[in-house]
Amino acid sequence: MVKKVFTANRSVAEAVKLAKPQVVPVYPITPQTTISEYLAQFVADGDLKAEYIRVESEHSAISAAVGASGAGVRVFSATSSQGLALMHEILFAAAGMRSPIVLVDANRSLSAPLSIWNDQQDTISERDSGWLQIYAENAQEALDSVLIAYRVAEDRDVLLPCMVCIDGYFLTHTVEPLDVPSQEEVDQFLPPYKPYVFLDPENPMSIGTFTDPEYYMEARYAIEAAMERSKGVIAKANKEFAEIFGREYDFVEPYRCDDAEIIIVAMGSVCGTIKDVIDSLRDEGEKVGLLKLRVFRPFPTKELKEILEKASKVAVLDKNISFGMGGVLYNDIKVKTNADVYGFIAGLGGRDITPEYVREIVAKTKNPTHEVEWIGLKKEEV
Amino acid sequence: MEISDQEFLAPGHRGCAGCGATVGVRLALKALGKNTVAVSATGCLEVITTPYPETAWDIPWIHVAFENAAAVASGVERALKSQGKDAQVVAFAGDGGTADIGLQALSGAMERGHNIIYICYDNEAYMNTGVQRSGATPYGASTTTSPPGKESFGEDKPKKNIPMIMAAHGVPYVATASIAYPEDFMKKVQKARETDGPAYIHLHQPCTTGWGYDPSKTIEMGRLAVETGSWILYEIEEGEFRVTYRPLQRKAVDEYLMAQKRFKHLTDEERERIQKNVDALCTELKI
Amino acid sequence: MVNIGACVKEPGSTRNNKTGSWRTFKPILDKEKCIDCENCVLFCPEGCINKDYDIDYDYCKGCGICAEECPVKAIKMERG
Ligand SMILES: Cc1ncc(C[n+]2csc(CCOP(=O)(O)OP(=O)(O)O)c2C)c(N)n1
Ligand code: SF4
Ligand code: SF4
Ligand code: SF4
Ligand SMILES: [Mg+2]
Repeated sequence: MVKKVFTANRSVAEAVKLAKPQVVPVYPITPQTTISEYLAQFVADGDLKAEYIRVESEHSAISAAVGASGAGVRVFSATSSQGLALMHEILFAAAGMRSPIVLVDANRSLSAPLSIWNDQQDTISERDSGWLQIYAENAQEALDSVLIAYRVAEDRDVLLPCMVCIDGYFLTHTVEPLDVPSQEEVDQFLPPYKPYVFLDPENPMSIGTFTDPEYYMEARYAIEAAMERSKGVIAKANKEFAEIFGREYDFVEPYRCDDAEIIIVAMGSVCGTIKDVIDSLRDEGEKVGLLKLRVFRPFPTKELKEILEKASKVAVLDKNISFGMGGVLYNDIKVKTNADVYGFIAGLGGRDITPEYVREIVAKTKNPTHEVEWIGLKKEEV
Repeated sequence: MEISDQEFLAPGHRGCAGCGATVGVRLALKALGKNTVAVSATGCLEVITTPYPETAWDIPWIHVAFENAAAVASGVERALKSQGKDAQVVAFAGDGGTADIGLQALSGAMERGHNIIYICYDNEAYMNTGVQRSGATPYGASTTTSPPGKESFGEDKPKKNIPMIMAAHGVPYVATASIAYPEDFMKKVQKARETDGPAYIHLHQPCTTGWGYDPSKTIEMGRLAVETGSWILYEIEEGEFRVTYRPLQRKAVDEYLMAQKRFKHLTDEERERIQKNVDALCTELKI
Repeated sequence: MVNIGACVKEPGSTRNNKTGSWRTFKPILDKEKCIDCENCVLFCPEGCINKDYDIDYDYCKGCGICAEECPVKAIKMERG
């Protein structure tokens, strides 16, 4: 282990180097670009022994990734926003073909209007693709999550692809001190990939077949079951991760929630700001807490219920919008828990979520007038 | 030419009686042998050969989507390479999956120089979805989306020239072929395998269902296309163009057109126009 | 249970599906007439004529290509 000061993009690249994928098809897009550049350099320097494929699009990146995974090797790719949307079709195929690909998405808003700044609409819009989704709060978590993602995705009880989501700019381009684990530690945590399917003339199999109504439902149900089983696998991976690396992760991470009357739920980098505001509000005598959601798929219903149902009110912060319905996380929590939930749309297209906005969310949750509110809208522009 | 006696595409597949696509795949695999990994695009071939829980493929095979066979093949090739496996990767995609929706992925893969053979099995329309026109549908042909009518004589654009687009990529081996000329085709497949880097073969493949002729005439139809000069067999090796088969005496294009339902609606004048176009190209190529 | 990812680990398993039932006309090959040109073997869409020119009627769909392509008319299509 060595201490470094890295952006999350660099920390992801370091994690990939340590995970040793054999094929890396990537296509650059802001703010993911430096990941593809770091990896190209690692390969050029011989520090990463991988086949780096300079594909002509994200559609081909994920297609080549599924092909390589089908041929039996560990694969990595990374993208963002428009790139992830372009992958959409093949994301479903990757999950359906049970390819344990790990992909990092640098969260960015979707066009139009065109914007290169952060929100989480891109990955949230892929929530039904069958991919596991982990949201990182900082560069350290980004690095660690890539390693955990491989461990979980490749487990025979799971065999599903996993997306690690890191907020564009807030994480991708911001340097932070972090621990980079040693190769020995990583090798201890992440065994070499043993594929369930592969393409070998000595043992021919057909992958990606055509199913009629006799089999399709069962194949899709198998994804549902694997998603459910992944919960146990994630818990085990988190435990072993803590033993080896000394850092603890969970599906959800409560911050000052024990006696909280109002709990804010959020994902990703904004959790840092929210924690600071909670500390100030606590000093002012307000009983507020934060529940950071780290694993969005599989959805940790049990953990959320346990904590949220103790609070009198819950505020869900969504950096995405399902038009006419509020944020997606808000809706998921409303459906799956008995908490008194209010939704807040904030931070779209890189709009800063300031401490004042967080205070506003708390105030509005105390005396709610709407089920869903947009925070930080410029009234004069609406 | 060493040709395997073994069959690598099993019977029992769901292709129409008289399907030319499976003839093409059988011949290609006989030329390539066992040490081969196949990739398919969505289309007739994929659907008829892998009705879960069965597969017709005796060699490893993968399919992901309609437009990405070349990209999937790129990933497979690199994954095999990274494991030190030397199997030949061959992609089979229809004319729709090649000339239209898959052209970008194909261009990318060819330009990157992967060691893959890409075979477009060209039945000149989207057969799997019920005979809609593709960029490779020939001038005058009737399809379900280029039907003749008061304002239309059928497909109004000439066939998109994909082999030449591939040649323009600097692909070291480009060839056209026909299932009706198995020796010529299989020789080309073997040349493609020996090529260092990518190879592209555009295989003309009559389709009984989409073209409207008796299933027993699949080979006859392929032969007529070549003997009338409507489809030309050539190869481009390291930029060197060579016609690989010249009909002794070119037949009238009418013989080919009149034998198929998809051209039945054409007037004398339209068929003459087609003959003229064929004549022009054949004269240029001394056929 | 459906295989993981609906993969098929039994190569050539469409052999379980006897397409011979599709047939209305049956090719009858006269080995006496045959001149070993191999056309029928190469052109059969089912690959169901072996190198000894035995036709596997379990799979023959009766398309008639073999009969059409035999240069010496050694194959006749018969009803049934
Ligand atoms: C993205 C996408 N668009 C459309 C389709 C529907 N589709 C499936 S196969 C096909 C046509 C295939 O035509 P071609 O490539 O010529 O192969 P053929 O069926 O003729 O063998 C179409 C339009 C699809 N599967 N995916
Ligand atoms: S429609 Fe044409 S290409 Fe498709 S299976 Fe039938 S004969 Fe073959
Ligand atoms: S009739 Fe058709 S399917 Fe049957 S053996 Fe002859 S070519 Fe093959
Ligand atoms: S096509 Fe006729 S002559 Fe040729 S091998 Fe078959 S049966 Fe014999
Ligand atoms: Mg077609």
